[in-house]
Amino acid sequence: MSTQQRSGAGRPAAPPPVAARPPDPPAAPAAEPAVPRAGGLRSWLGSLPDAVFGVLGVLLFAGLLEALPRVGVVSADYLPPFSDMIGALAEEAGESAFWTALLDTLRGWAYGLAIASALGVLLGLLIGSFDLLRRITASTIEFLRPIPSVALIPLAVLVYGTGLESTLLLVVYAALWPVLLQTLAGVRDVDPVARDTAASYGFTPWARLRYVVWPTALPYLMTGLRLSASVALILAVSSELIIGSPGLGSEIARAQSSNAVARMYALVLVTGALGVCVNVLARVLERRVLSWHTSVRTEAAT
Amino acid sequence: MRALRGGAKALLFQLGLPAVLIGLWWLLAARSTNFYYPTLDEILSAFRETWFSDRFVDDILPSLGRLLAGYLGAVVIGVGLGVLLGSRRRLRALLEPVLEFFRAVPPPVLIPVLMLFSGIGDTMKIVVIITGAVWPVLLNTVEGVRAIDDVLADTARCYGLAGPARLRRLVLPAASPQIVAGMRQALSISIILMVIGEMFASSSGLGFAIVQFQRSFAIPEMWSGILLLGLLGFGLSLLFGLFESRVLRWHRGLRQSQRGEK
Repeated sequence: MSTQQRSGAGRPAAPPPVAARPPDPPAAPAAEPAVPRAGGLRSWLGSLPDAVFGVLGVLLFAGLLEALPRVGVVSADYLPPFSDMIGALAEEAGESAFWTALLDTLRGWAYGLAIASALGVLLGLLIGSFDLLRRITASTIEFLRPIPSVALIPLAVLVYGTGLESTLLLVVYAALWPVLLQTLAGVRDVDPVARDTAASYGFTPWARLRYVVWPTALPYLMTGLRLSASVALILAVSSELIIGSPGLGSEIARAQSSNAVARMYALVLVTGALGVCVNVLARVLERRVLSWHTSVRTEAAT
Repeated sequence: MRALRGGAKALLFQLGLPAVLIGLWWLLAARSTNFYYPTLDEILSAFRETWFSDRFVDDILPSLGRLLAGYLGAVVIGVGLGVLLGSRRRLRALLEPVLEFFRAVPPPVLIPVLMLFSGIGDTMKIVVIITGAVWPVLLNTVEGVRAIDDVLADTARCYGLAGPARLRRLVLPAASPQIVAGMRQALSISIILMVIGEMFASSSGLGFAIVQFQRSFAIPEMWSGILLLGLLGFGLSLLFGLFESRVLRWHRGLRQSQRGEK
């Protein structure tokens, strides 16, 4: 509501937004009909909820994709109309090869992410719990972390060929760091008072980990997991694209080399949709797991 | 004396594990007769011969140039669009789902798409880097601009700060912690995309050279390329750390004083 008022105040001549609708027609035949109508349209737009705008944006974008090649701004050889992409997508959906590729990509992503997060959490809890270990490993982690995982592609090809293992090597290496670093940060963030209290109540190390360290580290860990989930997808698809291990990436490379442009775009749309799913899933999981946490509770309250 | 001992201890912690690991590598590799795992000596001499020669000009410099152009392009576009979207609520609502989708597309799959438009030249690689690296900068800038302190914004309005001055004195500094965080993510994505772009289709550059070594089974050279990429990533992240500590020095001080530390 406040934004409506503010946008109204910007144009002193305009009446309050909602009331602006009925008086519009009589004003329209005046000397400059465009000005009041634009104002009316604007204030009408201003009263819509954000979600409507989102849908509108998607529709506009799809329309643009359809119109650009049809009008001839971009050659249809490079950018087929949106309807062609959807047509190619529908065709893909009828083929089993597409579903196999999708499953392959998902498998590389899921296995890689699972291994990386298990490893990252274990290492993070272990290194984070002992100050000595943390100090010894700090420089090594700082050195290994920025190494781009794609540097390992040639090695993966030589050692594992073009199978699932090469994809896993890349995915695990790339997805390990966010989880590990976030877990380390989380363990470090444990409230000293809580830690000392647990110690003076004689908590066993296991209980301390379970009831003091774990709840503190969990929000950090979930953030790391969310970052890792999208990084893992990027690496899974790129390793398929470059190495040619089976999956959506290699299908895209094949479509490109055989000049099946609409099909290629359709597959790119699929990877994008996959990415959206991964993001949404990660967010839902985060909210679920952290439903007890203050940040989620206050967010829900407002 | 105690300070000296403390310094030596810190140095030992810093270098101890790396030294042990490199030693282990050297020992294990020296014994191995496996073709794929050459000895460390071989890799180092291959490193010297390969990269301190013509390849420095032919491969390393073009790669770095593309990386720099793409990265800077991504930062400029990301911050510019981000400031715009962050301060216009309706525009943000309109574009959010589309941007959300584009962000979710794994950037390497855009390489074949962009090849259609701009061939396999430098333009393609730079555009690939931009399209992949722009998202963290953009989204972080939007968040940063949205989260500008109300009191600060009102104060700026009272003082009649508007237009470019408002941008320079209020919006950009207030959003800079988030922008820098986004830039850090963008940097590592840029390196990855530079390499992938060159591996997929190129006639020069680090990624191209490494794949070529691998295909011709020049194993020590390939390892030296991996080593070089690792050093590049590490060096750039060090440089970025310096940049970050300069730009955000005020922020760190503010945070510490808010926490009541010295």
